[in-house]
Amino acid sequence: MISLTSPVETRAHRWPAGLKLGLLCLASTGLLLTADPVLHGAVLLAALTLYAAPGRVFLRTGLGRLRIVLPFVAIVLAWHAVTGELRAGIVIALRMTTLVALANLVTMTTPLGDMTDLIRWLLTPLRRIGLPTHLLELAIPLVIRFTPVLIGRADMLADAWRARSRRRPGWRLILPLMLQALDDADRVGDALRARGGVTEPQRQE
Amino acid sequence: MMERNLAQIALFAAMIAALGLVPQITLAFGVPITAQSMGVMLAGAVLGAWRGAAATALFLVLVALGLPLLSGGRGGLGIFVSPTAGFALGFPVAAFVTGLVVERLRLRPAGLVAGLGAVLGGIVVLYALGAIGLSLVLGKTLPEAFMLTAVFVPGDLLKAAITGMLVQALARARPQTLAWYRRGPANGAA
Repeated sequence: MISLTSPVETRAHRWPAGLKLGLLCLASTGLLLTADPVLHGAVLLAALTLYAAPGRVFLRTGLGRLRIVLPFVAIVLAWHAVTGELRAGIVIALRMTTLVALANLVTMTTPLGDMTDLIRWLLTPLRRIGLPTHLLELAIPLVIRFTPVLIGRADMLADAWRARSRRRPGWRLILPLMLQALDDADRVGDALRARGGVTEPQRQE
Repeated sequence: MMERNLAQIALFAAMIAALGLVPQITLAFGVPITAQSMGVMLAGAVLGAWRGAAATALFLVLVALGLPLLSGGRGGLGIFVSPTAGFALGFPVAAFVTGLVVERLRLRPAGLVAGLGAVLGGIVVLYALGAIGLSLVLGKTLPEAFMLTAVFVPGDLLKAAITGMLVQALARARPQTLAWYRRGPANGAA
């Protein structure tokens, strides 16, 4: 499973993930507090400069991932053009684009392992009060492992369907996929139990 | 059994991802509609409220970590500040409500109650939360935000109906996997 971290190594890849997330929260809060179009434009420009700094490939990937906001930018601008409040519409569109751009920037420069460590750190207070947060750490690799397995299985079921029918398989693949996933869950559950279960490991700290 | 619960939650999180990523599973009439939100409905209807919500929350954790698991290969932190953040964050609530309906509503057949749960959780609740998110990000009123999403309602009604059919088939093929169904209608409120 390939994560959305950019393979183009930037300097920010080595910054602590907590720092990046903290800066992101600060910047996002700041953007929500102001409605000055010039300021919003400047911040978006600064964000785009950060995308451009590591080079062409990084910039192209980053801009590609910003496409999800495009339809909404179009809707907001058209809407506000009709109601005659274009200035407000521009602020909303700029803010929306910048928020997503900055958040994506953190994702693109933070390796999966750093992110998982960050989650573990963020969960410390819950762990202190006795919640079994280690279950999450056990579940994350299970999902990462089984998503490609299930996708491969769905492809296989689709091939089998096509061998028998000329119609599209569609939702008919879901029942066998789900039954197999439930079987997998039984086996994984047994395997976890056989390896000592999911009780909290005794730490020697 | 704790281990099996954990495994089922993880496998359903993986299934929600697979349903959004396998092109053959798209429900096509004109525009391809991904089956991802049907995965959310199924998580609630099959695993029940708490485990269903856990599976969808786990799925979101992986999206936040930067894995491209949302339909169309989207993911990362940007999703949670985008206009559709309300829908993504609403997934666990939607699965929870769907699960609550199948656990509390003593109706048979199983497919009917699962379909109802999917409509209530996966459509009514999810669209309410999605519209709140849209209205916050786009600076629109709630009715205006809902208007923008209304085109997707027919597709989701279809998904709720399919969820009902799938759960009905599951109840027939393997009733022991549905904890709420196994208890039977006669036992009253649990």
